Amino acid sequence: MIELSPKEKVYQLLAEVPDPEIPVVNIIEMGMIRDVEIHADGVEVFLCPTYSGCPAMDMIDSMVKEKLAENGFVNTVVTLVYKPAWTTDWMNAETKEKLRVFGIAPPVGKASSKKGMLNQEAVACPQCKSTNTEIKSMFGSTACKSLYTCTDCLEPFDYFKCI
Amino acid sequence: MDNLNLSKFCIRLGDHCLIMAHRQSELCSKGPFLEEDIAQINLGLDLLGQAEALLIYAAKLEGSIRTADDLAFRRPERQFHNFMLTEQPNTDFAFVIVRQYIMSLYLLKTYQVLAKVEDETLSGIALKAIKELTYHERHFSMWLKRLGDGTEESHERTQTAINELWMFVGELYEEDEIDVMAQKASFASSGAEMKAFLMEHITAKFTEATLTTPDSINMTTGSKKGIHTEYLGFLLTEMQYLQRAYPDAKW
Repeated sequence: MIELSPKEKVYQLLAEVPDPEIPVVNIIEMGMIRDVEIHADGVEVFLCPTYSGCPAMDMIDSMVKEKLAENGFVNTVVTLVYKPAWTTDWMNAETKEKLRVFGIAPPVGKASSKKGMLNQEAVACPQCKSTNTEIKSMFGSTACKSLYTCTDCLEPFDYFKCI
Repeated sequence: MDNLNLSKFCIRLGDHCLIMAHRQSELCSKGPFLEEDIAQINLGLDLLGQAEALLIYAAKLEGSIRTADDLAFRRPERQFHNFMLTEQPNTDFAFVIVRQYIMSLYLLKTYQVLAKVEDETLSGIALKAIKELTYHERHFSMWLKRLGDGTEESHERTQTAINELWMFVGELYEEDEIDVMAQKASFASSGAEMKAFLMEHITAKFTEATLTTPDSINMTTGSKKGIHTEYLGFLLTEMQYLQRAYPDAKW
């Protein structure tokens, strides 16, 4: 068996911390973990908030500390990093597929393009995959989502905004 | 720019965001329809997040004598430096839209300058906030067009909101010694540049929405010295209720 370094072990544990709003993906898949440093007196986790006012931030902070403490890493400090700004471009194809299966249409396009940023790309229904969908509200159940309806299967669904 | 003055600069910006966020939070469950209700509080939440990040940094620059929570909940009215425009009440939905639209433009321009500073914390906050403010500006300008170029009544009420709020716009490009210091350090654009930016966008948008930009009138100023309209006191009474009634309350 390969012995993991403390840093690798921490990453492995962080992969077990789900996004509180979207439990099918973890905080690493969301691109929120920017770095981990092992100090003599404890671990420092560098976390990038998704939205400035994301109310799940405090919860993620305590979930990270709890998960690491359960596994012997006490004295964890969670440091917020704002730069570079979090973007949905950091989600890989596998993560996007997980969102889709969960019923959330994943972000379409790149955040660097204005079309993507302003919800102007065609969004496919996560249920029937039709792109005959229409936006009902730019804002949805959380800051990161918009509300759409599929005009083919008539299902309403959340779209994870491209940001 | 030394830490103390940079801290004051951050408090001003944080205060604009905090008070705007509070005004938007007041619309919770009172929006004209569910989707708009959700939109308003989502946008308010973005601003609250920006306010928190800015006040945390301001508190640190001050020397960690006070926390961000102390700044938000323990300062009296005269120590708040948000623009008077931000504290104006949600008299009518049109007031909300006009107030937030003009402030979204102001914040967008402010953050665009801050995104380029060497200070990693401020440029980081600004880069994130620009993404959010892009949504905000779009949301409010869509409403302006819908209301201004809508029915006779919606047009009239929006024009009334513009006319009543216009005297508070002057503060957005007024300059005092902290602004001058910030400009020298490239943390802010000059008042003249800000004014030109605001007027160009506002006039174009108002014209598109068949609304009239008021002529120059005497502008009311004072927030940089902590002078406010009567509304801020009432707002703080509610926002700071818990810390006033139960100091040091924790849960």
